Amino acid sequence: MINFNLFVLPFFLGLIYMMLAIGKSWYRWIKALPAIDKVRFMTGIRHPGQLLSALREVVMEGLLHRRMWKRSPLLGYMHMSFALGWFLLIVFGNIESRFYSGTHLNAPYYPIFLKFFIHDKLVIFFEVFSVPGFFRFLMDFLLLFVLSGLALALIKRQKSRWFGMKRTTEFQLTDFVSLVCLWLIFPMRLLAESFTAGYYGSGGGFLTQPIGDFLVWILPLPDDAMAYSLWWGYSLVLGIFFITLPYSRYMHIPTEVLLIFFRHFGIQPRKWYSSFSDVEVQACSRCGVCIDVCQMNDAGIHDSQAVYFIRGVREKYVPEEISRKCLVCGRCQEVCPVGISADSLRLIKRRELVSGQASDFSFLPSGYPAIGQVEVVYFAGCMSHLTPSIIRAMKGIMQHAGVSFYHLDEDRSVCCGRPLMIAGKDRQAHDLIECNKQMIRNSRAKILVTSCPICYRVFREEYNLPIRIQHHTQFILDLVKTGKIPLQEHFNKVTYHDPCDLGRGSRVYEAPRELISKIANLIPSGQEANNAMCCGGSLGIFEASQDQRNTMTAGALDILLKNKPDILATACPLCKKTLEKQSPVVVKDIAELVYEAIPKPVYCSVSGRSHPVKSSAGELTSV
Amino acid sequence: MSINFGYSILRDESIDFDRNDKRIADYLMEHEPSVNLCIGCGSCTATCSTGHFADFNIRRVHTFIRRGETKKIKKELQKCMFCGKCQLVCPRGVNLRNVILTLNRAIEHLG
Repeated sequence: MINFNLFVLPFFLGLIYMMLAIGKSWYRWIKALPAIDKVRFMTGIRHPGQLLSALREVVMEGLLHRRMWKRSPLLGYMHMSFALGWFLLIVFGNIESRFYSGTHLNAPYYPIFLKFFIHDKLVIFFEVFSVPGFFRFLMDFLLLFVLSGLALALIKRQKSRWFGMKRTTEFQLTDFVSLVCLWLIFPMRLLAESFTAGYYGSGGGFLTQPIGDFLVWILPLPDDAMAYSLWWGYSLVLGIFFITLPYSRYMHIPTEVLLIFFRHFGIQPRKWYSSFSDVEVQACSRCGVCIDVCQMNDAGIHDSQAVYFIRGVREKYVPEEISRKCLVCGRCQEVCPVGISADSLRLIKRRELVSGQASDFSFLPSGYPAIGQVEVVYFAGCMSHLTPSIIRAMKGIMQHAGVSFYHLDEDRSVCCGRPLMIAGKDRQAHDLIECNKQMIRNSRAKILVTSCPICYRVFREEYNLPIRIQHHTQFILDLVKTGKIPLQEHFNKVTYHDPCDLGRGSRVYEAPRELISKIANLIPSGQEANNAMCCGGSLGIFEASQDQRNTMTAGALDILLKNKPDILATACPLCKKTLEKQSPVVVKDIAELVYEAIPKPVYCSVSGRSHPVKSSAGELTSV
Repeated sequence: MSINFGYSILRDESIDFDRNDKRIADYLMEHEPSVNLCIGCGSCTATCSTGHFADFNIRRVHTFIRRGETKKIKKELQKCMFCGKCQLVCPRGVNLRNVILTLNRAIEHLG
């Protein structure tokens, strides 16, 4: 064999080992899918539309790193240069090697070490315009592209703040070995190609040739031993990187591709640890983007962020309290460049922890009150019982609009079940869900309105109700749009705080904002919509003291009140209750604001008698 | 030697601190120390969602655990709906949902 040298072996064997390891994992994951998901997978890969959209995302995320770019352009460029640069080096390296060998069947190592095997003596002045010259230029350009990313990666180790990251992930040994090898690959390639080009006086591009000439000039070589040992080094670091890849964080590269396919084929996280969860866990690159957005940092909790939790799952060791130490607010999921559903992974672990604990809700009411025909069944929610002004406002609004309603939890409430589920007790929550379901169905109303986003989310996700479910912001907005409630601009500067379960949890961002805009001058907070802060009162976190919660609330308030509003509006009794304890400005629920903004009749006292007069909205209202 | 004081102790009404099982109380103190802040005001019990339907008294549960009368609380704890109202009204910032969760765990592991 002409094009063979012993030094290709570390690379070649490493490559084979890595391919087998990845293939084995992929096979295992696909085989372990639940039957229905397996069908989805098999249909998906035969469906050109789904396949194309998945491939498109693989290119956008896997190579171009679009979501990373959105996070920080410097971070995006760094990741793109590695992924896209290396990918194109492989692709164009292959095409270039075909030009020289004249065959399509080259050994896998041939393109990688092409410059060792081929010493192109052609020197053309306008070499870019010849085929070999073009490739020389292109390959050097791509190498430079990757090296620029490497330079950024080195800077990032020291100055992560320049990349928009205050904190980065703490490393482990296997990751470190892989990382060093990865970093060495491209400088090794540069040196090996340069020395070869320098020794033979040709064959390099605009980068490797001058460097090679310079190196040979300061280090006159009797033979090409220097270049040869560098080729060995290049092959060795490649080999070690490939062999350590399946056991290091770089396993995320092949796994993310599979995850993208899974998602595009409609495979979703389950309530228990499934093959999909395993793929998500392995797809985590431990980039640490989730660390900075986590509000537990404010409370001095630094060991429980999504990246550390997922690492624990991957290593099959998660301390119990780490599973419970999470706000389940979903902020980390929003910024995750891989789109890992960290919250659902956390809840899976919680379910495993409490599976042996029983609940007994046999005391729940079994008979249901007879209700006349009503349009709306109103479920205030447990938390609203602690903020009676919200209930009062809601009742006032419905009465004003002439809506007939039945208040399901007027004097006592059966919890919606989500607080239990967030503790991992899904099975135990079943009885509560059934009880509420029966009562809601019994009302025969067309719309279920709730004031609590926690209830709203679980009604939508778990209840399978045959009627329309609305959060009160959506319901009031409908009333306003159909003209049942007249409103006038009533407030000056109002900032809206998105509750986690209404915003990120249920994707209701617009209705509350539209409603506020009708009655006030809505001014933005420091973090809006899907990046909104958690108030700190979350039911998701168990292992946080009141002091820690208070610091998280203070941190949230700093950002919420950035633009100095007069009123802080929210749409959740829990957020209201939590924020008003510390907020220097008034905190109100949107329902309260709307109720206040309904033009009331103004009574002017004439000789002790009052007469209704036209309100400022120009409409005669009477009580 | 027994001395006749002219009256005796009713066995059913006595609490034997030496014999009672304090392991669950110790486990709770270790894993959720905020329970030590409790002043026994009973706000938690007053607002409790479950308390509106059933005989469930978180303040009483606390007393039983402190005394080591753990047998009485096993069934009791299964009634909690985890809604978290108790925690919001607690004037001392006791992390009550975790108190219940920790007790569940203690009972599961310590029997």
